[in-house]
Amino acid sequence: MMRVTLFGTRGSLAAPGPKTVRYGGNTAAVEVRAADGTTLVLDAGTGIRRLGEQMARDVARVDILLTHLHMDHIQGLGFFAPLYCPDIDVHIWGPASSIQALGSRLSRYLSPPLFPVHLRDLCNVICHDVPCPPFEIGQFRVETALVCHPGPTVGYRIEVEGKALVYLPDHEPALGLSAGHWREPEWTSGYDLAAGADLLIHDAQYTDEQYESRVGWGHSSQRQAVEFAERVGAEKLVFFHHDPSHDDETLDRLLANAVRVVNPSCIVSGGCEGAIFEVGAKNERPIC
Amino acid sequence: MAHPIQIILTRQLGEYLSVPLFLVDPSGTLLFYNEPAEALLGQRFEETGAMPAQRWSLAFSPVDPSGQPVPPDDLPLMITLKKQRPAHGDFHIRGLDGVVRHIEVASIPITGLQGEFLGAVALFWEMSE
Repeated sequence: MMRVTLFGTRGSLAAPGPKTVRYGGNTAAVEVRAADGTTLVLDAGTGIRRLGEQMARDVARVDILLTHLHMDHIQGLGFFAPLYCPDIDVHIWGPASSIQALGSRLSRYLSPPLFPVHLRDLCNVICHDVPCPPFEIGQFRVETALVCHPGPTVGYRIEVEGKALVYLPDHEPALGLSAGHWREPEWTSGYDLAAGADLLIHDAQYTDEQYESRVGWGHSSQRQAVEFAERVGAEKLVFFHHDPSHDDETLDRLLANAVRVVNPSCIVSGGCEGAIFEVGAKNERPIC
Repeated sequence: MAHPIQIILTRQLGEYLSVPLFLVDPSGTLLFYNEPAEALLGQRFEETGAMPAQRWSLAFSPVDPSGQPVPPDDLPLMITLKKQRPAHGDFHIRGLDGVVRHIEVASIPITGLQGEFLGAVALFWEMSE
């Protein structure tokens, strides 16, 4: 069983305020915890600060899995408390570029003038380049693949006891499709990674109208996210990377509309900050 | 199994170009060619589907300007596949529609972020005689 807790679900820019209280204003950060206590953190947006504060005190190692290095996915990294704790090993996994390893790329942000502390001065940080062959962290088996989004960007498939969580927060699998006709699986970005996912956390930033003027920006509309989930046979889909201009009321309406239009067989929910999903539990249900 | 994202994006690019484009995997299997290439080769991709290198390298009957058959290994795309470097060539082909055309070809390897060889792409120009 794995327990998945959303600490930040917003895309592009943090959007706190009275109209985004329910879905939340923090950018991407998700905690994944196995029954044996193994802890993964997906992305390091502004939500990672509170995640770090609430993390179990007995954790000796934490693995941060970065999908890419856009600011909304790394801005909270320097505020993650375990980075300053000598008793905790922090492993950071994320995409290298063709000329720079992950550590060098991250140092561009974690150094003056953008940040006062150098990455090299933090305690017990080990960087790993992805994509790479599948690897194991505690009970978790982790698979990575490059996906369609500007700049090197990976998606993650995390499995434990035959159950799979797939995390594709920034993903535009519909890029280049004409009239919404999806291609065969082998020509669909992210297909292998997401096939048969028990829980799919997927980009759903735009309305269809917004997408029309943002083709190639690397994101999906809510309808595209639901169609992608249907194509890969996901059991549950969680909308993620909400547009900062969409308040709670708008997100409720967009979710209902996408479900009405596609009429999917999978369960679809909006990613709310604080939501917990127990994947592989006897009575699987979101605890919001 | 899904193709690497670089291959998927190359196909998508090809579908939006007016330049004929040919896309192969590391083994030389033809994965895709776009509509402008269909006009040059004389048959739609939907009709031919994926083709192994042994088939497509002979299917278009390439001959050099003196009329001598071009050995498959001397075709630019085959050179790129073998040596993983760009190549260029100029020859005649008989399309699957039976028409002989004089074409120029430039091919380049598709190399991933970590230097992995993922396939090759060839761009064609029909020469006006």
